Amino acid sequence: MSRNITIKPGGSAREYWLDLWEHRQLLWILSKRDISVRYKQTALGIAWSVIRPLATMVVMTIAFSVIAKLRPDTGVPYPLMVLGGITIWTFFANTFTQISNSITLNSNLVAKVYFPRLIMPLSAVSVGFVDFLIAFVLYLLISIIGYNYWPSSNIVFLPFFLILSFITAFGFGLFFAAVNVRFRDIGQLIPFLIQVGIYACPIAYSSQMVAGTWWYKYHLLNPVVSLVDGFRWCLLGNNAYFDPRSLYSTVIVSTIALFVSITYFRRKESSFVDHL
Amino acid sequence: MSVIVAENISKKYIIDHKNLRSGSTIRDWFSETGKRLFSRQGKDNNTSSKEEFWALKDVNFKIENGDRVGIVGHNGAGKSTLLKVLSRITEPTTGHVSIKGRVASLLEVGTGFHPELTGRENIYLNGAVLGMTTHEIKKSFDAIVDFAGVERFLDTPVKRYSSGMYVRLGFAIAAHLEPEILIVDEVLAVGDAEFQKKSLGKMRDVSESGRTILFVSHNLTAVQSLCNKAFYFEKGQLLEQGDTTHIVSTYLSRVSRKSLEHEWGDLSKAPGNHQVRMKSLKLIPDYRDGLTHIDVRTPMKLSCEFWNYEDDAMLNLSIHLYAYTGECIFNVGTKAHRFYKGLVGAVCDIPGDFLNDGSYVISVMVVKDTSEVLFNLEEAITFDIQDYREGVTWYGKWPGYIRPQLSFSISQTEPVPND
Repeated sequence: MSRNITIKPGGSAREYWLDLWEHRQLLWILSKRDISVRYKQTALGIAWSVIRPLATMVVMTIAFSVIAKLRPDTGVPYPLMVLGGITIWTFFANTFTQISNSITLNSNLVAKVYFPRLIMPLSAVSVGFVDFLIAFVLYLLISIIGYNYWPSSNIVFLPFFLILSFITAFGFGLFFAAVNVRFRDIGQLIPFLIQVGIYACPIAYSSQMVAGTWWYKYHLLNPVVSLVDGFRWCLLGNNAYFDPRSLYSTVIVSTIALFVSITYFRRKESSFVDHL
Repeated sequence: MSVIVAENISKKYIIDHKNLRSGSTIRDWFSETGKRLFSRQGKDNNTSSKEEFWALKDVNFKIENGDRVGIVGHNGAGKSTLLKVLSRITEPTTGHVSIKGRVASLLEVGTGFHPELTGRENIYLNGAVLGMTTHEIKKSFDAIVDFAGVERFLDTPVKRYSSGMYVRLGFAIAAHLEPEILIVDEVLAVGDAEFQKKSLGKMRDVSESGRTILFVSHNLTAVQSLCNKAFYFEKGQLLEQGDTTHIVSTYLSRVSRKSLEHEWGDLSKAPGNHQVRMKSLKLIPDYRDGLTHIDVRTPMKLSCEFWNYEDDAMLNLSIHLYAYTGECIFNVGTKAHRFYKGLVGAVCDIPGDFLNDGSYVISVMVVKDTSEVLFNLEEAITFDIQDYREGVTWYGKWPGYIRPQLSFSISQTEPVPND
């Protein structure tokens, strides 16, 4: 790792990405830190990542299916539809939140050591991913044992939707991570966004219910719609409603968000330490 | 061969008097921007609340391979900013530095330690944060544990460590870095005596192995014993560089020439009011043994003269001496006397071997009828007391605000019984 360094205002992009690559071990260690801290701190540990989606599923099933009498896609049990939606939504929301807070939570590191700051938002994904794996296993158990509903062959596309969710969460989260350093009250906006998102995205309901209304074209603009619908389509098969057109907005919006955020983050990261 | 070449590096900070920089909110930003948009002279109004501050200004230097450079200067002279720039934590505003070789910077002991994780986990975490590869950490793992003396607590979360153990572990990891260039900030100020001796010894080993070291410390004794060269910073500028002994003595004599004396010739500009007005205030050190700076042994006189504008006033003078951190060390007053209009003078003796080394602030107060404060001159004089010790091989910060030489004897009271 011995090479010559030039320190000057700005700094070159090529060197930055090279540096990021050289710090990949740190990325791994910080991810491991976050995971072991998460499962050490809470008394309930892993149980927590099981209880949360289960409780949400039960509450939503009672509220929307039993009380409000919303209908699921034909041939799909309502609780499974909700659980599938919650699983991918929780992954998206957790990852987004953790990325947004990654710089401020690690301010002690920012102030005392150098490494490409992108390491922090990248490592913030780890906990969300482990939580996702646990929730995913839970989904499979409930689906197979509880409802005798085996995942369809569409499951081969699952990694694609997972990666797309990650890119979307990263694109938005990275921007907030950088802004959060400068303006602390932005942080308060995030739980609010997530609360709105849980209703704006088709989690408790199917996109089919929106299809055909005047609202549908705006519904398709929401970049998270294709993530939720697509994820369910992978698990529940062609019975689950999935409009491939919704992918356009996801791909376009998240690509733009990712590009803008990385540019913005790169421009701001050298001054993070001055604002912490 | 020069391993570090710095050309014209400057670092500017914007001090925002309204927001005090940290903790600013987007609401502030909106209201500021709003004001700027809607007020025609908005620009002028805003610049008055923001101030540029150059933490470093046109700094140039070269450091040769194997040099051990001590950096001295007051608080706020730019030492820490320089280390931050060299460790790439912050970017310089202008100029550039080229560095040949692997750099490790130790600006804090145990950076990134997580309280919930065990000693073992934290060794890997901190090592990685400081730039070691997992392979390197594995290789020196046993040596680190041994140096820190925490074998028995390796699998205990560090939140249960005593502060001494925490620091020892932190330093031990850093000490096993194998960089070509090591940047160290004030790490000797922590830990117990035994450990300080060990860590200073380790630093010396590192320096003797031909590595380049940059070392910031307020502890001039440690700088002198460790470094062959020194930089003297003042107000963001590299004022002088050269061999350590020379730089340290220049620094100390400049410190002492700092404004220890105030004389107000022009009455209208002198601090005071219609009842009293200051004429002069002097802190006069009684240098002994050819000293040119105040150290813990130096006795001082504080002399104060002020004009009294009231006949038959019952006055006394009171001084407060504060540590730099704000705690009051003592408050003494003269007896009250009746005075006529005219000049009043008071002298206070501050003995040597009384205050500890550090920075101090004196405030002066004129009191009427032993109860009414007529005038209070806050932060009238600031001064530093340097460390001095004899027959001690420990370089840590001497604890306490005062360091009196008390009569304190020790002797063998009984021989070992020989049976």
